[in-house]
Amino acid sequence: METIAMPAINLAVIMPEILLSCIAMVLLLVNVFVPGNNKAYLGYLSIIGLAVTAASAVGGWGPSVSAFNGSVVQDNFAIFFKVIFLISAGLAILISDRYMVQEDCNQGELYPMILFATVGMMLMASGTDLMVIFLGLELLSICLYVLAGWNRDNLKSNEAGLKYFLLGAFSTGFLLYGMALTYGATGSTKIQAISSYVMGNPGVASNPLFVVGMLLIAVGFSFKIAAAPFHMWTPDVYQGAPTPMTAFMSAGPKAAGFAAFIRVMIFAFPMLRAEWSDLLWILAVLTMTVGNIIALSQDNVKRMLAYSSIAHAGYALVGFAAVNAEGAAGILFYMLSYAFMNIGAFAVIILITKKGEVNGNVQDLAGFGHKKPLLAMVLSIFLFSLAGMPPTAGFIGKFYLFSAAIKAGYVWLAIIGVLNSAASLYYYLRVMVFMYMKDPEEDFEWAGATPAIAVCLLVAVGATLVLGVVPGTVLELAQKAVQF
Amino acid sequence: MLGAYLPILVLVVIACLFGLGSVVFSSLIGQKKPSQVKLAPYECGCEPVGSARERFSIKFYLIAMLFILFDIEAVFMYPWAVLFKRLGMFGLVEMGLFIVILFVGYVYVWKKGALEWE
Repeated sequence: METIAMPAINLAVIMPEILLSCIAMVLLLVNVFVPGNNKAYLGYLSIIGLAVTAASAVGGWGPSVSAFNGSVVQDNFAIFFKVIFLISAGLAILISDRYMVQEDCNQGELYPMILFATVGMMLMASGTDLMVIFLGLELLSICLYVLAGWNRDNLKSNEAGLKYFLLGAFSTGFLLYGMALTYGATGSTKIQAISSYVMGNPGVASNPLFVVGMLLIAVGFSFKIAAAPFHMWTPDVYQGAPTPMTAFMSAGPKAAGFAAFIRVMIFAFPMLRAEWSDLLWILAVLTMTVGNIIALSQDNVKRMLAYSSIAHAGYALVGFAAVNAEGAAGILFYMLSYAFMNIGAFAVIILITKKGEVNGNVQDLAGFGHKKPLLAMVLSIFLFSLAGMPPTAGFIGKFYLFSAAIKAGYVWLAIIGVLNSAASLYYYLRVMVFMYMKDPEEDFEWAGATPAIAVCLLVAVGATLVLGVVPGTVLELAQKAVQF
Repeated sequence: MLGAYLPILVLVVIACLFGLGSVVFSSLIGQKKPSQVKLAPYECGCEPVGSARERFSIKFYLIAMLFILFDIEAVFMYPWAVLFKRLGMFGLVEMGLFIVILFVGYVYVWKKGALEWE
């Protein structure tokens, strides 16, 4: 009886994923074996785990290594994204404990769940087989459904979890169907093989099977990154989910969606650039405009940030539509800065809202600037960065995305982007107007920052300003990451 | 070629005849003492008429989910067992890892008290 030939196993390539999964499983057991209601220590252990994983991931920086018969790759592109995921998971964990204790949903499983979601994101970034990307996406999505509905006693959170689950499962169906059709048309799920098949058979571009497959894949990913017109779930889910999880969802998984989207589009369908570039053009304009216009009329700060997050996906799509190295590097840089500025803004919102998420409206912020000058200043920095004002990370990121579009000949796209950016100033500045220029209707006490949240804010503000003032090093890394 | 399926056809015929025969003979020669309970539709021992919106204990769902999880384990193990020798050492280690990961889940579920009914 002959033995079955095994493919070469190179575990070093997926070492960060293996490490983080093991850490998450150990924490799961630690959670049930250590008695007590204080679960903050699990958060700190998770952050140590994330740091170890980050060190292991960054250690692979350099030439690309493909493994497992071409289903997983370790390249600079994946590593840059992995660092973004790990940072957003870490920042989200830092702001979780106080909120979860306040809302009485302080179960220790939260932290392993975030870590498993991060493993899923990392697989999405490094997968070069549609099936691996899909598995990573599912691992991420299932964790996110649970995290969105984490606050079981809160109806809004329940609604968010259920809504996200139903619509997410629906969009996953689109994605999987697209992958199946692509497999049917090209005969492989490996991105490398798909790309060489398309190069060898240009006629496939007019094969309806293939075109529909590509479109369905694009729809599936557009849902995950919350691009209009597939954004309907975002406001309800982001508003209902526990605030730290909203922060996490808007930073990490959005970046993961972009990572997989870029990987599939640029690698698997390079011959069809002209077609999908136009598609992304339309998506970008729709997403920016819809997000910004609806955000203008929001009173709830969390919901406003949800719409703003849709708009930000639109800005990143501008760089994607450009399909050049600057655009791709711009997306990497933008996703990194967005993780810092958005999670930072949500961290301040956690401090503003009381139990049950009351006082989450813009009007409730009246007088915040005088009562808590430091926190108000920090929030203002994040909002300026989100609006794209220099000298913050948001400005540099948008500058690169729009200049990439101009270089690619999409001048009108860049103009629409800048106009949108100007419109967004209204709702970001409105928050500041209430903070500094309105008098409070009733005397209101705001809680101070806990040490963990203070660390998160410090890191986020520091990174937002450093990336805005001296972006050179990180931009260089981002450019190296997209030299495929 | 089709002759290989003849035993199946015979079995199908016998099964049909047996079913038909039991019904016909019992209606011909059986005693009939109808009562209220006997005429009620059979519902696995539950009350046949009542509100459909009854509340079930959440524990049923929990047990059902856990059953599916650990049932999948067996589904993976059968093909592995068939090819055990051909897969060699690699297969053994890989299945060991799989079992360890499932075991972590099992320990978690156990400690969490999900296996206790009360």
